[in-house]
Amino acid sequence: MSAAPHRPGPNDAVGGEGVALLAVQNLSKSFGGVRAIEDLSFEVRPGTVHSIIGPNGAGKTTLLNMLVGVYVPDSGQIRLTGRDLVGEPTHRFAAAGLGRTFQNLQIFFNMTALENVMTGRHLRERRSLLAAMLRTRAQARSEVSCRDVSHRLLEQVGLYGYRDTRADAMPYGALKRLEIARALAAEPLLLLLDEPAAGLNQTEASEIDTLIKRLAAEGMTVILVEHNMRLVMGVSDQVLVLEHGRKLAEGTPAQIARDPRVIEAYLGVVDAAGAGGHA
Amino acid sequence: MERAAPTASELARARLRRWAFDPRSGLLALAVVIVLLPLFLSNNYFYDIAIAVALNAIVCVGLNLLIGYAGQISLGHAGFFALGGYGSAILSGSQGWPVWLSMLTSCAAVGLLAFVVGRPTLRLKGHYLAMATLGLGVIISIVVSTEDRITGGPDGLSVPPLALFGWVVRGEHTWYWIACSGLLLAVWLAQNLIESPAGRALRALHGSEVAAETLGIDSARYKLQVFIVSAVFAAVAGTLTAHYAGFITPAKASFMHSVELVIMVVFGGMASVFGAVVGALVLTTLPQLLTVLKDYEMMVYGVVLIATMVFFPQGIVPTLARWLAWWGRR
Amino acid sequence: MGSQWLQFVASGVTSGAIYALVALGFSIIYNASGAINFAQGEFVMIGGMSAVTLVAAGLPMPVVVPLAALTAVVVALLLEKLAIEPARKASTVTLIIITIGASLLLRGLAQLVWDKRIHSLPAFSGDAPLQFMGATVLPQSLWVLGGAALAVGALSWFFGRTLFGKAMLATSYNPLAAQLVGINTRTVLFVSFGLAGMLGALAGVLIAPITFTSYDSGIMLGLKGFAAAMLGGLGSFNGAVLGGLLLGLAEALGAGFVSSAYKDVIAFVVLLAVLFFMPGGLRGARRSDRV
Repeated sequence: MSAAPHRPGPNDAVGGEGVALLAVQNLSKSFGGVRAIEDLSFEVRPGTVHSIIGPNGAGKTTLLNMLVGVYVPDSGQIRLTGRDLVGEPTHRFAAAGLGRTFQNLQIFFNMTALENVMTGRHLRERRSLLAAMLRTRAQARSEVSCRDVSHRLLEQVGLYGYRDTRADAMPYGALKRLEIARALAAEPLLLLLDEPAAGLNQTEASEIDTLIKRLAAEGMTVILVEHNMRLVMGVSDQVLVLEHGRKLAEGTPAQIARDPRVIEAYLGVVDAAGAGGHA
Repeated sequence: MERAAPTASELARARLRRWAFDPRSGLLALAVVIVLLPLFLSNNYFYDIAIAVALNAIVCVGLNLLIGYAGQISLGHAGFFALGGYGSAILSGSQGWPVWLSMLTSCAAVGLLAFVVGRPTLRLKGHYLAMATLGLGVIISIVVSTEDRITGGPDGLSVPPLALFGWVVRGEHTWYWIACSGLLLAVWLAQNLIESPAGRALRALHGSEVAAETLGIDSARYKLQVFIVSAVFAAVAGTLTAHYAGFITPAKASFMHSVELVIMVVFGGMASVFGAVVGALVLTTLPQLLTVLKDYEMMVYGVVLIATMVFFPQGIVPTLARWLAWWGRR
Repeated sequence: MGSQWLQFVASGVTSGAIYALVALGFSIIYNASGAINFAQGEFVMIGGMSAVTLVAAGLPMPVVVPLAALTAVVVALLLEKLAIEPARKASTVTLIIITIGASLLLRGLAQLVWDKRIHSLPAFSGDAPLQFMGATVLPQSLWVLGGAALAVGALSWFFGRTLFGKAMLATSYNPLAAQLVGINTRTVLFVSFGLAGMLGALAGVLIAPITFTSYDSGIMLGLKGFAAAMLGGLGSFNGAVLGGLLLGLAEALGAGFVSSAYKDVIAFVVLLAVLFFMPGGLRGARRSDRV
């Protein structure tokens, strides 16, 4: 990813020290009578890994869907680099720099792994249908470079060998990594990972752990929704705890592990040293 | 995953496989077939069939982009086909326009119509989309049949022959080359589209529309564009058919014709340009060659549709390709 | 002028009753499976054509009607078992194509079993038109209205009062929950097809004396019945009836006062208008699309 445009890191001055990349203000969403998210506000600083945890039904996936524009909040603002995105169609959220993986895998099963990642490059490529049909020279050239970048991304997540394999023939653990590669292909400012370790065994989960740490070290801003406490505590700079759609607590992993409200609401939270079990 | 160094025979096999599945080699193969085919066509009847195949294939290639790649559906494409033909027939006939201009204008007008009706229609999904396209197609066929002052009504309209710079195009032999050139062009355009970001965007829509949107793909825009492209392909085939046959009837806009086109695409291969061509080939020639089975035609179509969807929902060509790939890997 | 209105209303309500029966068939199957049965119109055709054969064999009308209905029911059940059930889990586009294939198959078979000619059925109680407030009404129209009303009443009782009927309704609201309380959703689907076949055949037999019947008379009736179902709200019982009557009236009045040549277009314009502007129809669709 060293060829990527410079991403603001935690020590960069982006119009002021420690200015948030993502600022969520008073976000609310109800479905019928159910309040999925209620008056939620938080900030994510560039170059940090921000985890969101909470019991099932706490509203985590609803929140993620709002952050990428799949759901429209009833009220509140979502500001990316200062610009409020609420109300825009989903593809404009992506164009603004938000990328996402899905808890229930939304891989393009009708394509190979390479094609999945190349599709992720969409925003960075010439997108015109007409130009594509007429096969202009520029089109052919950009096709080659798209392929090269996608190969590199596959290598980075360890999937180069699967590049020509159809996605429906790939194992589950590989597909989780493929989705991350695909989301990275768009060169997002902020990557939202929805339970990337769900359904993975210990080895695979620690591979995800390594991947996220490497992304963070390269300056990527990540929002992580996870149940795997070992992963969360090991990789996060900040943890946000949701319960019934409201913010229960927010702080560093160490602070959260000690917080009595969190321990009470979320029995089994691993202790500060990360030596306990999962939630 | 570890990559062991490939052996020489593995390399050769991989190269052969890549050549076999390379779209450009397929286009070349098709061109070769087209050039050599006249050696086997012993009389004008067979030329006529070949022309019909080529023109149907043009529609199918476009329709395949919509159904097979983008995962949408249209049960009214015969409407676009017929409007293309009727438009050109009327402009060059009663309005006296030069034929080439009539053809271009008619196809452009169909494209515009597709743009106008496409917007509200493509917001629908699944069954509702199918029904909306069906409704549009039927409305077109009823209008065409009823406005007999302009369209000649149920008996149809006679169409002036294609004339370029004073040279009147007549005869099956010349039309064979025209129709097949059109087909090669259509296949070339379709292949270019598929191997491109726009093409992947379409396939992504079919794979997972929500994921496509989160990658920045404007699904409404791409659906509309591919709809327009497929409508224009149909209109082009319609104008060529009209000027070749010398007449056009409302049956060309019928629901049954739309269904036949869908059968060709579905049978030949979803998400396969050559599948569309093969589908058109098989389903155009078989009824011609087996005229003794004319009474059973509708039943056979029905069985073909059901059997295809149940046993090889990908269509003939992709299923064969999978078998070949599996066999080649052993 | 008033009698002209009444004339159109009478004819509109008659065809509307038929559309309502066909629409009910669509809604019942939609409720049980989320699928649209393209072959619904063929059930109507089979009803009419079987009746023609049975009448030609010399059977009296009170025997012909239930037998014709039975024929269509058998065909419908076979269709469900052989083509629909194996493809239950397929994608929407696949299901659409399968039912289109089924419709073609049935029409092709009808062509062979019967022929391509247009047939008529004798009216149930004669052709002598009745005079009613200045309008001429065919006695067959009264049979149509009566028959349709009877069918609607019977269905209403079935869904509202019998256990199985209520089970079918429950399945349409929430198939998973229905399964969890022990309702066999496959049986529900099976019975739904049977009911749809019966309703279609009844419509076919009732209308054949007025509009004649042939191997391909099912297409238009099927499509218009679908338009009526959409108008009333796909899946809604009352909506199907309301939609059918409204569509029949719109057609008759439109053909009478605006243009009779474009009578058939009216149904499709209504269909498109509903799809574009209010896909829930007048009563709101029971099921929302699972996207």
